[in-house]
Amino acid sequence: MSAGAQSLRARVDAPAARRLTRLRRIDRIGLLITIGTLALAILWAFPLYWAIITTFKHEYETVKPGLRLWPEEFTFENYAQVLTHTKIGIWYINSLITSTAVTVLVIIMAAGAGYAISQLEFPGRRFFWWMILASFMVPIPALIVTHYIVLSQLKLINTLAGVVGPQLIAPVTVIIYKQFFDSVPKDFREAAVIDGANDWQLLFRIYLPMNWGITTALAIITFIGAWNLFLWPFLAVSSEDKMNITVGITQVHDAFGVHYARDLAVAMLAALPVAVVYLLFQRRVTQAIMLSAGIKG
Amino acid sequence: MGARESASVTSMLRSRRAERLTAAALMAPFALVYGVLFVYPTLKMVELAFTNAPLIGPGAWVGFDNFRRLATDRLFSTAFWNTLYFVVLTVAPSTLLGLIVALGVNRLKGWLQSVVLAAFFLPYILPVSCVFHMWNWMFDKDFGVAQYILAPLNGGQHVSVFRTTPYFLPAVAFITIWWLLGFNVLLFIAGLRNISRDLYEAAELDGASRWTQFRRITWPLIWPVTVLVFTIQLILQFKIFDQVYLFANFIVRYDPSMVMVEYIFKEAFQQNKGGLAAAAAVILFALIMIISVLQYQLLRARGQK
Repeated sequence: MSAGAQSLRARVDAPAARRLTRLRRIDRIGLLITIGTLALAILWAFPLYWAIITTFKHEYETVKPGLRLWPEEFTFENYAQVLTHTKIGIWYINSLITSTAVTVLVIIMAAGAGYAISQLEFPGRRFFWWMILASFMVPIPALIVTHYIVLSQLKLINTLAGVVGPQLIAPVTVIIYKQFFDSVPKDFREAAVIDGANDWQLLFRIYLPMNWGITTALAIITFIGAWNLFLWPFLAVSSEDKMNITVGITQVHDAFGVHYARDLAVAMLAALPVAVVYLLFQRRVTQAIMLSAGIKG
Repeated sequence: MGARESASVTSMLRSRRAERLTAAALMAPFALVYGVLFVYPTLKMVELAFTNAPLIGPGAWVGFDNFRRLATDRLFSTAFWNTLYFVVLTVAPSTLLGLIVALGVNRLKGWLQSVVLAAFFLPYILPVSCVFHMWNWMFDKDFGVAQYILAPLNGGQHVSVFRTTPYFLPAVAFITIWWLLGFNVLLFIAGLRNISRDLYEAAELDGASRWTQFRRITWPLIWPVTVLVFTIQLILQFKIFDQVYLFANFIVRYDPSMVMVEYIFKEAFQQNKGGLAAAAAVILFALIMIISVLQYQLLRARGQK
């Protein structure tokens, strides 16, 4: 009896022990994977670190041989140079104006259109919806030629309004609003209608407040996108005073010749606002990215 | 009774009219912007493709002449094949690497995961001209830090990455993958988190190896996200312009590295050939439309299964 129990236990234990050694081996593989991931992450972060650290070096130090991971002498002279010798202040303001305008206009238009398509019955509703879905397929960079023609007809080339214009095409934002307004329970609507609320009150008191998170997320991602856009602002504007920062900083290169520390200082200044926005609103940014890719976050 | 009924009918009609008015007010800004900046430019682009118009100004109808010229234009065929080459260099590698990194990051926990994820994601939010300055410095022929890796591979000689045609597009593709990988990683992590832990626990109880678990659980369940990431990257990279233009602009002869949007830009804005540029844009448009339809069919086919 006891011998039988012992052999039974041995029989049970043997695979368990085998599994344990395998687990241990697997853990070693797991450790390797973790180390590999960390190494790759360090490699991925290095260019940004290297750029930032270079901006604090004296220009002569950047061309000294050897890998200098920390400046011999910390200096802000590159930033001082850039701030006093380029039009970066104007570019910053231009970027701020155009990106804010794009964000505000896109959100207002998309929330309005999203609400109408989601909640109201009107002729042309299906037509608009199909047009929005179809506009996904049109590559905006292919439209640069005709955008330029239209905006020059409107006398908006080389103006900030001209920079904003084509960026207002944001079908994804409308689609996301429509989806979220669709999922607001009908009870809220019926209760408010019985209390005599009209559509504007419904939109501003119920539908938008219930989806503030979505509005924040979409606003942040729209702002980052507008700040980072290169092709259209680059085409729409030719005078330095109207450039936004992403276009302006490519001109600095020509102005300075080979002065890497300064080039990088100006590049880091250009990236600073979006980096700060991202670090402050990390979760909203990731949420917005997943929403626009079609994954509900 | 009858009067009350008709009153309710008129009030219903009135509310119906009010609804339509509200809808019109809400849709008007959107419809105006879409009409002027999307529908009209798209139709105008197609019309322009059949004329010999300059960038600004009228042109004569020339039928398919522009397309015939594109078919024989050496520069356009360079741009077309370079675009395809760039797509091959970036799309599949960045999708695959995104999945691998996501699997690695997904194993980590707590603050370590946040930090590692940020390391991969931060490049994605940088403006392209910032990325350009950073890598122009990294790859600099004389003082670039990348030369510590590149020079030994090149027999001790420093490599002029962006001035050597065969290296140009692979280098820009590499930088593009560095720049955009975080986006793919993010989508894959979201996909991985949606896979129930129970499945892995059950598989572990059955003694399934890590590789079996990946092949039988992770891979089939992450497949829809893989298709999504792949097609998003595909459409994005067909529209490549910014990086290629910025890096190429500092080389004297930049034609060998030209891509399609760059060709459109050059013909329209430097050669003043609006019609020809529009024809090239129509071809790019058609390519992306085909991909979008294929993607839709692919996703729908899976949905039906």
